[in-house]
Amino acid sequence: MIQVNNLNKFFGEKQVLHDISITYKPGECSLIIGASGSGKTVFLKSLVGLLTPDSGEIWYGKIQFNALSFKEQRSIRKEIGMLFQGSALFDFATVEENVRFPMDFFTTWSDKEKLDRVNFCLERVNLKNVNKLFPNELSGGMQKRVGIARAIALNPKYLFCDEPNSGLDPHTSILIDQLISEITKEYNITTVVNTHDMNSVMEIGDTVGFIHQGKLVWEGNKDNILTSDCEELNNFVFASNMAKKMKEMMG
Amino acid sequence: MKKSLELIGQYFILMKVVFSAPDKKRIFWKQFFIDAEKLVLNSIPIVAVISVFIGAVLVIQTAYNIESPLIPKMYVGYMTRESLILEFCSTMIALILAGKVGSNISSEIGSMRISEQIDAMEMMGINSANYLILPKIAAATILNPLLMLMSFVLGLFGGAMIINFTGIITMGQYTEGLQYAFRFYYFVYSMIKMATFSFLITSISSFYGYYAADGSLGVGRSSTKAIVVSSVSILIANLVITQLMLN
Ligand SMILES: Nc1ncnc2c1ncn2[C@@H]1O[C@H](COP(=O)(O)OP(=O)(O)O)[C@@H](O)[C@H]1O
Ligand SMILES: [Mg+2]
Repeated sequence: MIQVNNLNKFFGEKQVLHDISITYKPGECSLIIGASGSGKTVFLKSLVGLLTPDSGEIWYGKIQFNALSFKEQRSIRKEIGMLFQGSALFDFATVEENVRFPMDFFTTWSDKEKLDRVNFCLERVNLKNVNKLFPNELSGGMQKRVGIARAIALNPKYLFCDEPNSGLDPHTSILIDQLISEITKEYNITTVVNTHDMNSVMEIGDTVGFIHQGKLVWEGNKDNILTSDCEELNNFVFASNMAKKMKEMMG
Repeated sequence: MKKSLELIGQYFILMKVVFSAPDKKRIFWKQFFIDAEKLVLNSIPIVAVISVFIGAVLVIQTAYNIESPLIPKMYVGYMTRESLILEFCSTMIALILAGKVGSNISSEIGSMRISEQIDAMEMMGINSANYLILPKIAAATILNPLLMLMSFVLGLFGGAMIINFTGIITMGQYTEGLQYAFRFYYFVYSMIKMATFSFLITSISSFYGYYAADGSLGVGRSSTKAIVVSSVSILIANLVITQLMLN
């Protein structure tokens, strides 16, 4: 469980996050949606401590994460996996070394145990026979899969995904979304996903938070998002002409 | 002015993070050898070529400048040796390495920054500055003084080659000069210079790479800055060390 209370973040004079409070539960895929530049990435990076909020509290269970030093945060970071927007695979390392990377640092496992875990994670994301390839030899979708495999390498309790289907074709996007959702349920992970893709929302949005210009203006889920009367949200959801027409037709 | 002071402050803060104990010794040593190969071993060819040519040119220049029959020809060997050890093999080689190694380091770390690879490490709880930067600084600072020695030997060899081809002086005069008034202290001085310069090059270019921003253009910019700033620091450090050690 993650609890965020009154989170504010400034860059210089500019306030990027306004007083955000929200709760995330295990076993749920919680989505953050919003237009580009609305603050989704800044929010996600603040949650995991890559950015320091100017005020507010971030609780992981009973521990206030943002009150800890970098060293102290480590115990919680080990329980966090993150998939970055561009996958952020280490380009100096093979697929196998990428997935093994956190194990090398944070476990005392033998090489055999590590390799078994690497192969388990890669199989879980439906990748085979890619161990010795380098990231630049993989397609975008495969890179995301390796990113997920690396994120779940240490059995995380929390999973963060920043725009997991940016740069992917619609079909691959759905597969990646489903994979994230499955893993969330399977291991009872608390998952937070940033996206601006409405397909993802309808596919996996157990809960959905809509950020508009740094403010959390709407909370709900995939079942009530289409019938909301929040104006900013409707402008976002029904942005395309096709969507507008469909909404008119639905009445 | 305020901005450069801020930068210098930021640099020292980063160095404090870099110089914490590595998370895992085994991982540090693995990176150390990778970086030793990339930064030091791979610099051998360019350093070798430059050294041979510089040695040859020094011999020709000093030989033409010593026209007076009162000055023994062996001074050509002596002067060549002194120029090589005092300045060329440390300062000049370091300036060349600032270009080669500096741009390599800053663009490598910079592209890891903008592609969020550094975030990914930090995210896992890894001290990315320590993991990425310390092995580079250590490898170059410890091993580049040996590169300096190699450059010195090859410089002398270049001188010998040109003498062999042109007969500008005799080989006997050359070797006599090389041994004349030999001072071991100059080697110490030169190796300390090379170690300092290598520290400056690797730490400064890592710094610029680590804080690269704004996409690939930003990485290019930080790479340019890394080279300029390391080169200027080398020149300043050269002045300071020389004043301290040869006064
Ligand atoms: N490091 C930074 N420095 C200054 N401004 C930033 C920084 N990172 C993000 N911003 C600004 O914060 C706002 C939100 O950005 P971001 O969270 O990346 O949006 P998105 O919702 O597309 O992920 C943008 O206006 C962006 O310009
Ligand atoms: Mg973003």
